[in-house]
Amino acid sequence: MNPIYSRRRRKDIVVRGLCFGAAAFGVTWLALILVTLLYNGVAGLNLELFAADTPPPGSTEGGLRNAIVGSLIMTVIGVGIGAPLGLFAGTYLAEYGRNDKLTSVIRFINDILLSAPSIIIGLFVYGAVVVPMRGFSAIAGSLALAVIVIPVVLRTTEDMLLLVPNALREAASALGLPRSLVIKRIAYRAARSGLITGVLLATARVAGETAPLLFTALSNQFFSLGLNKTMANLPVTINNFVQSPYAYWKQLAWSGALLITLTVLALNIGARILGAERTAK
Amino acid sequence: MAVQSDIVDDAGPYDRAKALSAFKLGDVTFYWITRISAISVLLILGGIILSLIVGAFPAMKEFGFAFLWTQRWAPSADPPVLGALGPMYGTLVTSFIAMLIAIPVGLGIAIFLTELCPQWLRRPIGMAIELLAGIPSIIYGMWGFFVLGPFLANTFQPFMIKIFDGVPVLGAIFAGPPSYLSLFNAALILAIMVLPFITSISVDVFKTVPPVLKEAAYGVGCTTWEVVRSVVIPYTRVGVIGGVMLALGRALGETMAVTFIIGNSFRISSSIFAPGTTISAAIASEFAESDGLHQSGLILLGLLLFVLTFFVLAAARLMLMRLEKKAGN
Repeated sequence: MNPIYSRRRRKDIVVRGLCFGAAAFGVTWLALILVTLLYNGVAGLNLELFAADTPPPGSTEGGLRNAIVGSLIMTVIGVGIGAPLGLFAGTYLAEYGRNDKLTSVIRFINDILLSAPSIIIGLFVYGAVVVPMRGFSAIAGSLALAVIVIPVVLRTTEDMLLLVPNALREAASALGLPRSLVIKRIAYRAARSGLITGVLLATARVAGETAPLLFTALSNQFFSLGLNKTMANLPVTINNFVQSPYAYWKQLAWSGALLITLTVLALNIGARILGAERTAK
Repeated sequence: MAVQSDIVDDAGPYDRAKALSAFKLGDVTFYWITRISAISVLLILGGIILSLIVGAFPAMKEFGFAFLWTQRWAPSADPPVLGALGPMYGTLVTSFIAMLIAIPVGLGIAIFLTELCPQWLRRPIGMAIELLAGIPSIIYGMWGFFVLGPFLANTFQPFMIKIFDGVPVLGAIFAGPPSYLSLFNAALILAIMVLPFITSISVDVFKTVPPVLKEAAYGVGCTTWEVVRSVVIPYTRVGVIGGVMLALGRALGETMAVTFIIGNSFRISSSIFAPGTTISAAIASEFAESDGLHQSGLILLGLLLFVLTFFVLAAARLMLMRLEKKAGN
């Protein structure tokens, strides 16, 4: 065989092997993390985890009820504020300002906010909400989450609305439907699964966010529903418990981590399945 | 049908003028709601910059530019001395090592997914890699703290230290003692976290290569590697660099995972197996208990980080936009 040819073949095989190795490397990490979480977390998954509040130091009884409820409340409020804003803003970009200068500026800024460090968002909300309100509060935490939700929803909304064929809009306009109803009744309906995907992805993104909550919502030991006080939440509770000397706290942290990860992965997979359905159509 | 009956209910069956004016009002209201929401994105950016500058102002006035090259971080000294050199060094070094690992691996996975992988395996592997991006940062931190840190300190680190012992420069970079908490551990976790960003953007831009170009290259007898190196990568170079910059922007600002495993030491050490800190880790671990000048100094660190990531991310977006234009033509 020609020596140059066999050298090229060898090189190709080596690189193929390396690429295969890289893929195996990536998938291995996911498997390792999930196995560790399951191994350490499953033992703590019982009714007490959902029924009892976080224990005081040294105690070996208690669960994560207050933290779970707090996380749910803050996530719901955060998504409740952020998702409509992102949805409307994305609507403007895709429907009204398609060839606008303003649109390209907003899209550019939004893409930067999408990847901006979440701890910076925490600092922003600390300065804009916590300091004027003179105290850490659940509402400050929710607002920090909302700021993270907006860019995610905006981006997917714009992308999904741009996929709706213009013929649909033209047909509706030809029937005399005003612009706002064309958008609400035709474009939104055609892009519905895509829009839901965006909201799910945003929820997944904020469900495990820790950094912006560290100095906005803080956390506490107790069950509370007041929005103007600190509120227990899963990520910060995990953060505090992991570094504690108590074995039981560490166990709770693992179980909480497993809970968050499963929730986030389920949301992600759900969003992807919805999104795939859309592109398959 | 639903459309018609709603409109008829709203306006009454026969009053055309009233119906039209209701349409007009609805149109104008909806337009402004969406426009104001869109503008709120700009307001958020403005608010972030403004609140960081206001918060950082006392520290800026006190330390001036010396903040940038002072290594000492002593908030409780009298008078307090704060310098950003340690956290800035840690941020840049961990991100650099992370990119060193993540770029080849991420591109390798992308090549595997677009050129080598059998069709039925593409979706599951692609999904697994993207799920890596979905795992919350704090989970990576916990895992790094309990599993990866001890593993590296007992196996990989002593191995590297022994190999490079006595070698100039490299000996100082891989100096002992092994540590659960170190710059290298943080960088490895960062590499795993940004891997999905590099891979998914590379896969997207690799798909923009016209098949006829690749087919022509295969047709003259190129191997897969030669096609990738001489056709796919040159064609998509700008997009790949954009993806890498995007990943770098993520790595620079990543907080919780790093906070757990970097050791929070403001001293600069030549060894990558020594503890260090990053800007985000310093803020996360000290901010809640800080006040006065100390807090202002932390906000100034945050401002530095924001400026840094802003430029990296802006460059990334501009590059990706250039490629999109090319693909559109």
